[in-house]
Amino acid sequence: MTADPVQHTPTPIRVRSVGTRLERVDGLEKVTGRAGYAVEHGADDGFDGALVAWLVTSTVARGRVTSVDTAAAAAHDGVVAVLDHTSAPRLADTDDGELAILQDPQVHFRGQVVALVLAETAESAREAASLVEVSYDVEEHEAELTEEAATYRPDSVNPAFDTDSDTGDVDAALAEAAVVVDEEYRTPHEHNNPMEPHATTAVWRSDGDGEVLDLVDSTQAVHGVASTLAPMLGLEQDQVRVRAPYVGGGFGSKGQPHAHVVAAALAARHVSPRPVRLAVTRQQMFALTGYRTATISRMRLGADADGRLTAIEHRVFEQSSKVKEFAEQTAVPTRMLYAAPNRRTSHRLAMLDVAVPSWMRAPGEMPGVFAHEVAMDELAQACGLDPVELRLRNEPDVDPETGNPWNNRRLPECLHRGAERFGWAGRPAEARATLEGDWWVGTGMAAATYPAYRQGGNAARVTALDGGRYAVAIGAVDIGTGARTVLTQIAADALEVGTDAVDLEVGDTRLPSASVAGGSSGTASWGSTIVAAAQAFRERHGDDPGAGAEVLAEAADDPLGTDVAFHSFGAVFAEARVHRRTGEVRVPRLFGVYSVGRVVNPVTAHSQLVGGLVMGLSAALFEESWRDARFGHVVTQDLASYHVAAHADVRDVDAEWLEESDDAFSPMGARGIGEIGIVGTAAAVVNAAHHATGVRVRSLPVTADHFLGGR
Amino acid sequence: MDASIRLTVDGTEHVLDVDTRTTLLDALRERLGVTSAKKGCDHGQCGSCTVLLDGRRHLTCLALAVAYDGSEVVTASGLADGEDLHPVQQAFLDHDGYQCGYCTPGQVCSVVGMLDEVKQGHASHVTEDLEAEPDLTDDEIRERLSGNLCRCGAYRGILAATRQAATS
Ligand code: FES
Ligand code: FES
Repeated sequence: MTADPVQHTPTPIRVRSVGTRLERVDGLEKVTGRAGYAVEHGADDGFDGALVAWLVTSTVARGRVTSVDTAAAAAHDGVVAVLDHTSAPRLADTDDGELAILQDPQVHFRGQVVALVLAETAESAREAASLVEVSYDVEEHEAELTEEAATYRPDSVNPAFDTDSDTGDVDAALAEAAVVVDEEYRTPHEHNNPMEPHATTAVWRSDGDGEVLDLVDSTQAVHGVASTLAPMLGLEQDQVRVRAPYVGGGFGSKGQPHAHVVAAALAARHVSPRPVRLAVTRQQMFALTGYRTATISRMRLGADADGRLTAIEHRVFEQSSKVKEFAEQTAVPTRMLYAAPNRRTSHRLAMLDVAVPSWMRAPGEMPGVFAHEVAMDELAQACGLDPVELRLRNEPDVDPETGNPWNNRRLPECLHRGAERFGWAGRPAEARATLEGDWWVGTGMAAATYPAYRQGGNAARVTALDGGRYAVAIGAVDIGTGARTVLTQIAADALEVGTDAVDLEVGDTRLPSASVAGGSSGTASWGSTIVAAAQAFRERHGDDPGAGAEVLAEAADDPLGTDVAFHSFGAVFAEARVHRRTGEVRVPRLFGVYSVGRVVNPVTAHSQLVGGLVMGLSAALFEESWRDARFGHVVTQDLASYHVAAHADVRDVDAEWLEESDDAFSPMGARGIGEIGIVGTAAAVVNAAHHATGVRVRSLPVTADHFLGGR
Repeated sequence: MDASIRLTVDGTEHVLDVDTRTTLLDALRERLGVTSAKKGCDHGQCGSCTVLLDGRRHLTCLALAVAYDGSEVVTASGLADGEDLHPVQQAFLDHDGYQCGYCTPGQVCSVVGMLDEVKQGHASHVTEDLEAEPDLTDDEIRERLSGNLCRCGAYRGILAATRQAATS
């Protein structure tokens, strides 16, 4: 890297490619399968003759490992080493209870890494792993989430929101309210399940320059992996190189390194200089790579007879892991979605002997808006109001909890446009009004929202090449979002050249530092930084630079301040059909309209928004990680029992957006789009199923059995 | 125990020794370095490992390599001639039928295999008339491709790509 980065405040760019359709720049590699994912790197990338690592995981939920009998495994043909807590290399820092594996005999949850096998082939490693005999002193464990068990008050909720909020007098307002909705809503444990299992290739080299750990990892943040791992391994951050050229989806589960990355690093150190390949199995992913905690939401809404909210209360009970706290911010969106003078939210956790929950697409917003938006549907019903009209009546002029002005709140336009495009008008006011053949038919809707984030800590480099071309480099990661493509467009416009004059490099810690592909912040954070670098480059080197001219820049201090509320919004509409004899639920139509700032690339944006809707549909109808509290593990730990939407489940799903540009938020006018598609979607489906059948479901997923009782 | 087998992969013939526990998927990925076929579950539950095995779409994670001595495997990589894409691959690009790309080589092989099954008159679960030539409706496409999961949710684009490939 060159000199220290210059600070530059990016100014709005003149858009030429931004806003237009550009086919993914990495399409050919993907449709041929030539794109190389984390464990698809060999000699060409410096990973010649890799050993295969296989994890051995605990079969008890809590206790101590008393012995690990490795004899049979070590004697198995092809096995090179078996590591356990007595023999694995020591970590310099063991503060992170999830990551500090193989350092002590404690077992914190079922499925924790307790040993690993290194062998010449996958077959040997896998069979030998089954031969490792682990004995335990078993201790009593707790693994069941109940409201009563959720008494722990975290200091803050993810990532740094207040745990509780309280404005006005909720109880008095509810006592006086003409209409009250007082119900409990539940969402289950859900697993991200990206199609590429978490995986790492690692080699630990020591040569004249000292030690270097070289990783190819399936991650959403290469610099995040390096900065987390380096101190644990007693290395400087620049001694850990992380590459992520292609990542087969993450949905939050690859946002932070999980224990398997540490396992790969320890294994590589043990057999240095031989490389190691470690792929977590689909089954192991259910314990090792994060998940969305189950949530219980106690909602109380009070309104006058016209449906104007006077009180909103959202008390959340959820769980975390004793070994590492993660507090899903489930009630946080309730703080800003609708106006009401009296409002209260809280989060309480049950700290259990279970696997560590983490980010899953729209943490907080997904379960929280589900609860709020089903409750709003119940309120509309109680007030005899159209659900769209109810939302319009409760539009807040300012952010209700902070009093800050909205930057660009266009929920009403999303509602109007969505209703018109979906054909909402003329829907029967009463539920259970339409039977077509054997199918009850209904429609439902919900609002969606997601905060707009721009992360600090980014830098980008622009280098002039021969022939009017430019190399643009940033350590961002394209996990399937289209980042490579949209950053190419942003760089081209910022440099005022064509997209084919830009060579974009991403996915490597040798490139300038980049924040995580998470929180729907990637495009805005990385894009703003690229714009800063391009504009600084033009200022310094002009329009006709010599080859080799270069600028490394950071976007100067975030100009956004905290006195304006930046959020994206959307409205989701669904049609549901419920079979009157079997209770089978189908969703023939799902449609979302979004206000997300300027859309950089309509092709990739449409796929992102539709992909979010599909995942929301999947959560509505299928997804549930079923934990057996007696043993502490998730029973539905594969894709045959943890159902995700398959092709035949997805019918007419479509998304549109409002034409707009949020120039106050980023120099491209763009906010983020990765998560909002999943928000509100399950509520829209539940509300449509209620309209179809008159049966109110308050827990996900909406399975057939809900419709078979009584009626 | 090892066994020697012969496999033709994307037009190249290989003679290799495989452990009798080795799946066809691991023979491709681990032994031959052919990583176009992906491993999403290793249990026959996701479709990522789909290739054309002797002309038919097949899950390679459920096949033991030793049982396929003498077989011909075509992966998504082999469907293209260098940068010259198969029409199904071009259709995936045209309709953005993918995001992360991990399920994509399996989807592409599945579509190629499926279109051939339709041509041969195979019925599916949603085919009404089992005697007639199958009519490749959207429902038929969705049903016939439901063995290939896409967690990015690119089904809409995959459907459009399949329609384009079926009619061109
Ligand atoms: S890897 Fe073969 S079906 Fe999933
Ligand atoms: S493109 Fe990512 S799983 Fe299908």
